Amino acid sequence: MRSFNYTRAEDVGNAVSQVAADKGAKFIAGGTNLLDLMKIQVMRPSRLVDITRLALDTIEETDDGGLRLGALVTNSDTAYHEQVEKRYPLLSHAILAGATAQLRNMATDGGNLLQRTRCYYFYDTDTPCNKREPGTGCSAIQGYNRDLAILGTSEHCIATHPSDMAVALAALEATVRVTGPNGERTIPLSEFHRLPGNTPHIDSNLGDDEIITAIDLPAKGFADHYTYIKLRDRASYAFALVSVAAALDMEGDTIKEARIALGGVAHKPWRKPEAEALLNGRQATRENFRKVAEAYIEGAKGYGDNDFKIELAKRAIVRALEQALEMEEKS
Amino acid sequence: MITNQIGKPANRVDGRAKVTGEAKYAAEFSAPDLTYGFVVSSAIAKGRIKSIDASQALQLDGVLQVFTHENRPGYIWGDKNYQDKDSPPGSPFRPLYDNEVQFSMQPIALVVADTFELARYAASLVKVEYVTQEFDTDFEANIGKAYVPEQYKSNPPPEPWGNPDEALASAAVKIETEYAHPSEHHNPMEMHASTVVWGDGGKMTIYDKVQGVQNSQQYIAKAFALPMEEVHVISPFVGGAFGSGLRPQYQLFLAVLAARELKRSVRVVLTRQQMFSFGHRPKTVQRFALGASTDGKLEAVMHDAFAETSKFEDYSENVVIWPGVLYHCDNVKVSHKLVALDVYTPLDMRAPGGATGIYALECAMDELAYKVGMDPLEFRLKNYSERDQNEDKPFSSKELRECYRQGAEKFGWNKRSKEPRSMREGHNLIGWGMAHGAWEATQKPAAAKAVLSADGKLTVSCATADIGTGTYTVMTQIAADTLGMPLEDVTFKLGDSSLPMSPLEGGSWTVSSVGSAVKAVCDKVGEKLLKLAQQMPGSPLASVTFKDIIFADGQIKLKNNPAQGVAVTDIINQGGFEGIEEDVSNEPDKGQSNYGRYAHSAVFVEVKVDEDLGTVKVTRVVSAIAGGRIMNPKTAKSQILGGVVWGIGMAMEEETVMDNNLGRFMNHDLDKYHVPVNADVHDIDVIFVEENDDIVNPIGAKGLGEIGIVSVAPAIANAVFHATGKRVRDLPITLDKAM
Repeated sequence: MRSFNYTRAEDVGNAVSQVAADKGAKFIAGGTNLLDLMKIQVMRPSRLVDITRLALDTIEETDDGGLRLGALVTNSDTAYHEQVEKRYPLLSHAILAGATAQLRNMATDGGNLLQRTRCYYFYDTDTPCNKREPGTGCSAIQGYNRDLAILGTSEHCIATHPSDMAVALAALEATVRVTGPNGERTIPLSEFHRLPGNTPHIDSNLGDDEIITAIDLPAKGFADHYTYIKLRDRASYAFALVSVAAALDMEGDTIKEARIALGGVAHKPWRKPEAEALLNGRQATRENFRKVAEAYIEGAKGYGDNDFKIELAKRAIVRALEQALEMEEKS
Repeated sequence: MITNQIGKPANRVDGRAKVTGEAKYAAEFSAPDLTYGFVVSSAIAKGRIKSIDASQALQLDGVLQVFTHENRPGYIWGDKNYQDKDSPPGSPFRPLYDNEVQFSMQPIALVVADTFELARYAASLVKVEYVTQEFDTDFEANIGKAYVPEQYKSNPPPEPWGNPDEALASAAVKIETEYAHPSEHHNPMEMHASTVVWGDGGKMTIYDKVQGVQNSQQYIAKAFALPMEEVHVISPFVGGAFGSGLRPQYQLFLAVLAARELKRSVRVVLTRQQMFSFGHRPKTVQRFALGASTDGKLEAVMHDAFAETSKFEDYSENVVIWPGVLYHCDNVKVSHKLVALDVYTPLDMRAPGGATGIYALECAMDELAYKVGMDPLEFRLKNYSERDQNEDKPFSSKELRECYRQGAEKFGWNKRSKEPRSMREGHNLIGWGMAHGAWEATQKPAAAKAVLSADGKLTVSCATADIGTGTYTVMTQIAADTLGMPLEDVTFKLGDSSLPMSPLEGGSWTVSSVGSAVKAVCDKVGEKLLKLAQQMPGSPLASVTFKDIIFADGQIKLKNNPAQGVAVTDIINQGGFEGIEEDVSNEPDKGQSNYGRYAHSAVFVEVKVDEDLGTVKVTRVVSAIAGGRIMNPKTAKSQILGGVVWGIGMAMEEETVMDNNLGRFMNHDLDKYHVPVNADVHDIDVIFVEENDDIVNPIGAKGLGEIGIVSVAPAIANAVFHATGKRVRDLPITLDKAM
């Protein structure tokens, strides 16, 4: 195999200095995506810095009443954590809609945000792909694009971000805590991932020499009215064609606040707060939900095989809001 | 015959070996100084290799050689030397023959190194420059160039009968419709692999993943001009194949080539991506014109199939024989044309032609039944065929009516409301659909050997395969049953080219063919035992013939007085017994060909379709099978369950997608090529109806490997129509088509 260096990081500072010193270095935690990509030579790190021994594997309450998910907590431990299940069930549901039990047992919360697209062409080194090899062109735009993006695309790339967890985090307005050579900073989840633009090879705004240390959940968890719908080509073990994280804060029949995030449609979890705001102070009716869905998907562009996603996403938004609403009636 | 083993739900005799890992597969056999080959696959669909530079790869310590068309040794390159027992007419693909690229992912080099990881890395360093040529991979764009092949792979389509054109013109009710399904790949769990062990004096022992060791043996002997006895092929376990192992695949040729050149043992395993680089189920488009009377009597059937093949071989399968098997109609005309593309030649995949032809036919007939205004089951009963009209023969047996009856009762079909969109549950539209099907019950020549040793143990052998089907178990049962022995005293051996002749393991003919040979050879052992028993002093069997006795409970007994008998152990222990060894070479009875011989099925399906989102859930399946005598209800049920799951995959998920800009199948891994997962599979009931058949073969079994899949996809598609009122005429039925 292509040889690479393997080192362990002692602490966060040491991890950062190791990647800062080697431009080709990558962190490895669960390795559920990186190792596959290395085997097919889509990713060719010169060094793997093993961060699995860092003390980032706990879930703790924050001072403002929220919850801090350590970057190395596994997806399984997060989904089944008592506080997450109780206060942020939307996040639990989203995580459990992804991958398999085996993968979730290995995959970490930080790594989940950094997984790469599952675009067919990205994985086949014999085809042009701007994300894999900038400047070679995008095969998907004119090619097979059933799974690919309809929102925020560019002429260079129509890849999607594959995470389910990140969609729920976007709806919950989580914050990503990162540490780099210049210390700590926070990035709102909705600004963590990028649109492809003319730099589709860069997935996120995390610096090459920065490490995710935690994901902070704000106090408000929408535990009374939430849903995560994932539509895909089989009932399990498939990435989303369209997914919707929906959350409502209700006062009687009136919506105080609505949150919607979409997966499977863009290079990042898709939020459109100005469309969500159309519901604020409104009655929770199917007509109003449909209006929001139309506004949410406005400007979407299909590329042939994925044209259906435009209508599907609208219907999925309506269904998700209905399901989120109906929870009250059941309880 | 008194049955004491046949018909029992025996556990798999190889089950323990499989779950403990003791069972070894082709890529698990090792040898001292084993080397590893990794295949370099073509990046283009068509053209020529201008240059191939392996210098960087060869510089790595541990890389032994990179074989390409430039440095491969000279062999005999005639087409005949590369044809195997499942080759269609044409010019077979010859790995590393020249610089021509005929299809995307064609193997163009083999890197051999000390480790697999090194070979894989070195393969990425092989620099290839191509001169590309225009290619045809777009089926729809080339359908206008469809042709009738000079020679069909098996039989040509049946000749027309009656006056189909007139009958159609005058039919009171008629429809014209078109159905399509995509290319599919077999994707067994075990990737294709060959381990060639280089022995003393250059003798090769080849462990190959294949459905016929003697096919691989003959292929290698011809391609490398070797005597057959110098090529020993072994394949004791196969991790699924579904037809992908019917032809020797290119990793076998490349591993042998490398072993001979390097005089070293070599293993070549294909990657999952490379599993999409050879044979596959061909895409077809099928057009129908059907006519019926107002009371639902079928008056005209026209069925025209257009099917994918490669530019170098004319692959075809029996897509259009099904109207003549499944429906009575006096006016029928069918055709089968090929569309040649720059792809690898298609290959038989579980129920080749049946899964595809019956899918389209059964959906079209469902449309006609609706147009007539008849219940789909009633329509099929009305047009029930009592004869195989393709060849105008009676059926050897056909208990399809009983499949309808028992299947419908179990499913509750009589509670069905006829109108589409008439059953719902919240957001879900509920649909009930059905279809029926058939699959050939063929017997092929096969040989077997039996050895009864002095310790009373019986070993029976034949060079067949067990691709997960239960061959080991069922053959053990047949042998034990024939000689009245417990299963523990019988060993069945297979998967070794030095064993007696076997047909390819496919076509649902293994139990009928190999099983009949096993029974025949055990009968011969029985005759010998009878003779020995008759020589014993005071033998109660002294004056009887073979017809007067039975073997049961370890004894030879008088048929009309089972209390009288001689224990087999007593015969063996009387002194001077040196064992019995018998061989047979068994041929099907010629009288079989006077009959149409088919297994039948009726499948009833419930689906729930989300009205807004288009998601389809197959909530219930009842599959009723008339498959002759059921040798082992447990392995038989597994076969049918597997067939139903395959049918769910075919109906809802499976599709190998061609990118016509690149001429390449693009969803070439199991992330993107979907097969059903547990969450897709819900209630499945399997019913075997009683069916006695003395004609089909001596053991009365019809084979179950393929009948389980054929009716499932159309029953699902018909249920989706019943749920939604929408006819989806191309598979797979993904949510975008159903919403």
